[in-house]
Amino acid sequence: MDELITYAPDLGLGFLENVKLALVALVTSLVIGTILVAMRVSPTPVLRAAGTIYVNVVRNTPLTLVLAFSALGLSDQLGLVFSGEPRTNSFWLVAMGLSLYTAAFVCEALRSGVNTVPLGQAEAARAIGLTFSQSLTMIILPQAFRSVVAPLGSVIIAMIKNTTVATAGGFLADAAAVMKETFDQTGASIPIFLGIVVAFMVLTMPIGFFTGWLSRRLAVAR
Amino acid sequence: MTENGDGAPLVRLENVNKHFGALHVLKNINLTVSRGEVLVVIGPSGGGKSTLCRAINRLETISDGQIIFDGQVLPEEGKALARLRSDVGMVFQSFNLFAHKTIRENVTLGPVKVRGLSRDAANKRAMELLERVGIAAQADKYPAQLSGGQQQRVAIARALAMDPKMILFDEPTSALDPEMVQEVLDVMVGLARDGMTMVVVTHEMGFARRAANRVVFMADGQIVEENTPDEFFTNAQTDRARDFLSKILTH
Repeated sequence: MDELITYAPDLGLGFLENVKLALVALVTSLVIGTILVAMRVSPTPVLRAAGTIYVNVVRNTPLTLVLAFSALGLSDQLGLVFSGEPRTNSFWLVAMGLSLYTAAFVCEALRSGVNTVPLGQAEAARAIGLTFSQSLTMIILPQAFRSVVAPLGSVIIAMIKNTTVATAGGFLADAAAVMKETFDQTGASIPIFLGIVVAFMVLTMPIGFFTGWLSRRLAVAR
Repeated sequence: MTENGDGAPLVRLENVNKHFGALHVLKNINLTVSRGEVLVVIGPSGGGKSTLCRAINRLETISDGQIIFDGQVLPEEGKALARLRSDVGMVFQSFNLFAHKTIRENVTLGPVKVRGLSRDAANKRAMELLERVGIAAQADKYPAQLSGGQQQRVAIARALAMDPKMILFDEPTSALDPEMVQEVLDVMVGLARDGMTMVVVTHEMGFARRAANRVVFMADGQIVEENTPDEFFTNAQTDRARDFLSKILTH
């Protein structure tokens, strides 16, 4: 127990990095996922194909590889640099990789939501003269979002836990990296393990409860 | 009832054909709807009535021929098509009110987003229309909280809110409980009296007799017979129409 207390400040700072990564990825993956689903249901074949290819490539690539590619491929080889400061640079590379990866899952959750919206809703939208993008953003997606709040919660929880593989993208300041560093010095410690588990549960469990409650509240009555 | 329009054509279908794979669902349809005219389309199920109705605002595409609305061939896609649809109201069998929006929002969405009306003006107009169809008290409820008959009357108000040049009704009373049919038909008869151009696909012969200027009988993808309601119901010319009428009017 003592080692948990001793290293709590370091671990806490590491955990804060996980929270920051999760917040960035939450916002950007929801935005990118929504754009992807718009592409996947659009009437334009090129956009549909691009969305499909993106989702299938990214969703089926292990996250560690996506992050390694962000760091080694995009940054080192192709020169994508967010900041001259290495730690800041790797933070944003990991945040980007995690967002791009999670966006594929957000897209697929939303797409299953789109499929729950009856065809008649889109027909009625077109019949009053809404354009495709208007009917998507005003009629289809709002109803799709409401029907997939709970599964989106699961995607978000998975994303939060995925912040612990940030090391794969060269970001060595998150809780898992700090934990490994600590263990290298002191040997493995069950209390530290459990302490980090509890920290993640405190973060993710309310999200599960909240999205479950929200999905009941927002459910569209038909 | 006699012709109450000015006789100028609003919609013209010329040699319209539609295929669903091997199925030939519209066969060489030629039809004109005049301004102010109420046209009732009747006929057996699967005869192409709904397809014809939905082709007029291009919810169904056609294989060949052309449809001219208000002097203009129906645009194929995009903004021009959206603009055309905003001038053609549509009332569906299954109402299709926007499930996540209130009744008021259902009626104001088109005027605000498509016509560019201010929210206040759209709200005021929506309440007038809801008053007219007898639903004003329910304006802040959601569609699922209303009965089928009420939902369909809201759908009519939603169509009217766009100030359409015509309204298409695709079996508007077929999904309703029998006791709710009349309230919807009453609203439709009112519209007909006010001179709205209407194409109505329906099985309600009473409505056809009361409000139609002309009846079109469709079977097997073809227009088999066209006549005034009186002539059609008392003196149908074709065997196909007489056979259909004998099945629905004998009891």
